Amino acid sequence: MAERLIELRDIAKSYGHVYALGGVNLSVDRGEVVGLIGDNGAGKSTLIKILSGVVKPTSGDILIRGKPVTGWNAARSREAGIETVFQDRALAVQQTIVRNIFMGRELTGFLGWLKVSKEIEEASRLMREIGFTSKVFTPHSIVGQLSGGERQGVAIARAIYKQAELIVLDEPTTALSLTETAKVFHFVRQVRASGRSILFIGHNIHHVFDIADRFVVLDRGKVALTADRSEVKSAEDLINFMEDVAHPGGLAGLHDTGAAEQRAR
Amino acid sequence: MSKTMEPDLHEPAAGISRQGGSQNEWKHPSDHWMRGFILDNRASLGTLGVFIVMMAVFMIANPTVFTTWYLYSSVLTTLPVALFVVVPLVFVVTCGEIDLSFPATMGFAAWIFALVVQAGYDPFLGIIAAIVTGMLLGFLVGSLVVYGGLSSLIATLGMNFLLRGLIQIINEGKSLALTGLADSWAYRIFSSQVLGIPVQIFWAVAFVVLSAMLYNRHRFGAQVKVVGDNPDSAQQMGIDVKRVRVKVFVFVGIGAAIAGTFSVMINFTWWPTAGDGYLLPVLASVFVGGTPTWGGIGTVAGGAIGAVTVSFIQTGVVAAGLSGFYVQFFNGLIIILSLLGHKWNQARYR
Repeated sequence: MAERLIELRDIAKSYGHVYALGGVNLSVDRGEVVGLIGDNGAGKSTLIKILSGVVKPTSGDILIRGKPVTGWNAARSREAGIETVFQDRALAVQQTIVRNIFMGRELTGFLGWLKVSKEIEEASRLMREIGFTSKVFTPHSIVGQLSGGERQGVAIARAIYKQAELIVLDEPTTALSLTETAKVFHFVRQVRASGRSILFIGHNIHHVFDIADRFVVLDRGKVALTADRSEVKSAEDLINFMEDVAHPGGLAGLHDTGAAEQRAR
Repeated sequence: MSKTMEPDLHEPAAGISRQGGSQNEWKHPSDHWMRGFILDNRASLGTLGVFIVMMAVFMIANPTVFTTWYLYSSVLTTLPVALFVVVPLVFVVTCGEIDLSFPATMGFAAWIFALVVQAGYDPFLGIIAAIVTGMLLGFLVGSLVVYGGLSSLIATLGMNFLLRGLIQIINEGKSLALTGLADSWAYRIFSSQVLGIPVQIFWAVAFVVLSAMLYNRHRFGAQVKVVGDNPDSAQQMGIDVKRVRVKVFVFVGIGAAIAGTFSVMINFTWWPTAGDGYLLPVLASVFVGGTPTWGGIGTVAGGAIGAVTVSFIQTGVVAAGLSGFYVQFFNGLIIILSLLGHKWNQARYR
């Protein structure tokens, strides 16, 4: 069995007496893509913030490689190799790919002068590693010229450069077209192949179904379902399940699949 | 330092083609090094174009005057003073801020220089004192903007009035004459002539080159650009955004101090108004040079060429045989035409 990278045990978070998360269990193994699905308000963003150490859980344990961690914060999260890639505001769009990858961690030599050729070399290697090769772009291309999917690639490459073991992708495909989504999937598969893990967060069930090895459905602060890829036959299964969770009492039965699908999107 | 930096100077263009050529994965649409160079330096080359066209117009209007050396000599005396503030301002504007307090900083730092020299100390000591003053004032202005959370446009304007007012109150409008300055070593090194060329221009060019390298090949420049481009992202990636912002104001303080000192050395006199006349020409130079107002990108070389352009407008208009009444009109014309040119020349990703 693959090494367990991170495990959240019974994580709860309340703001005042409002529960954002009420006892969530979530684990990610090495080389695994976990798809986290949930509607708006299900607690996804709270969970991301807890993972990245920005928000402290009210109760519960966090285990890194099987060992419980005390004093969880942003620095600890980074040490554990967790990097969150936010869909927007992650990149400086007027700068080159190189400058974005090395943002805040410039490769410098004597007196802080940049090692330009070394940066280009390293950037090319990182981009190759996630399968981002292009006949049109160089590491010197401006990020603003790239498409949405390619920008995700730059952000993922940057996370890898930061020695990330677990890359949290927050809604990476929400605003993207089909071809762009395919590009992001390509990057994600390459990252998995390199032995790193990905937590893929989205509310488009089809996207998550296509890429994840395991699904975690979050609903109103609780894990409603954890299922391996082999246990779920189709995206429709997942959609039906989510319908059941969202409207207990067989409301899902009133709708045909098409309508349910649309709502799930 | 030069040894370690040398290889990097030619890297970008050469680096790409080698990388792309050997691995066949990264292929630049502009594989030819010259096209790459033009694409990378669009803004500054555009500024150079504006300058050449402007000079051509002047020369056609009056070919003879432009063959006299005196014309260039006078520009080369005043231009360096402007260059020492234009270049740091490119950093400030790239960082998404503006600094209008540099004229007062010039006057203030030059005042300290004049006091030290008048007290009988070596002018070198005066220069150091002026630069330290400039750094402190830059830090003060920067802290006010960054930690005080004030708009840099208004706060630096206020600081400009405040510092200038302080100078006026203490000196009651009186100037300081520095008669002994001409005999000093500092004067010979920083303000004399070599083969008829005012030596200040060499120092200014060295400053521009060093700053251009800081901008393009140093962590400082890289972080300034990222902070101006996307401060949220920079923060997230662990860059101390506030520190970077304060640093650019300190840089302006240093540049303004050097500029103020040079202007005193040219005239052997410090006036309480020293630096005042530079506000608008210097700002115009930055934007004529092709640094856009929205932050994230800019060009030091363009800013320097912009300064040359602006300082030639006045001389050129008069030399071309037009009356002095035309100077302001041409100033405005060049600024507007340059902005239109850059708008057409620059892609904006936002």
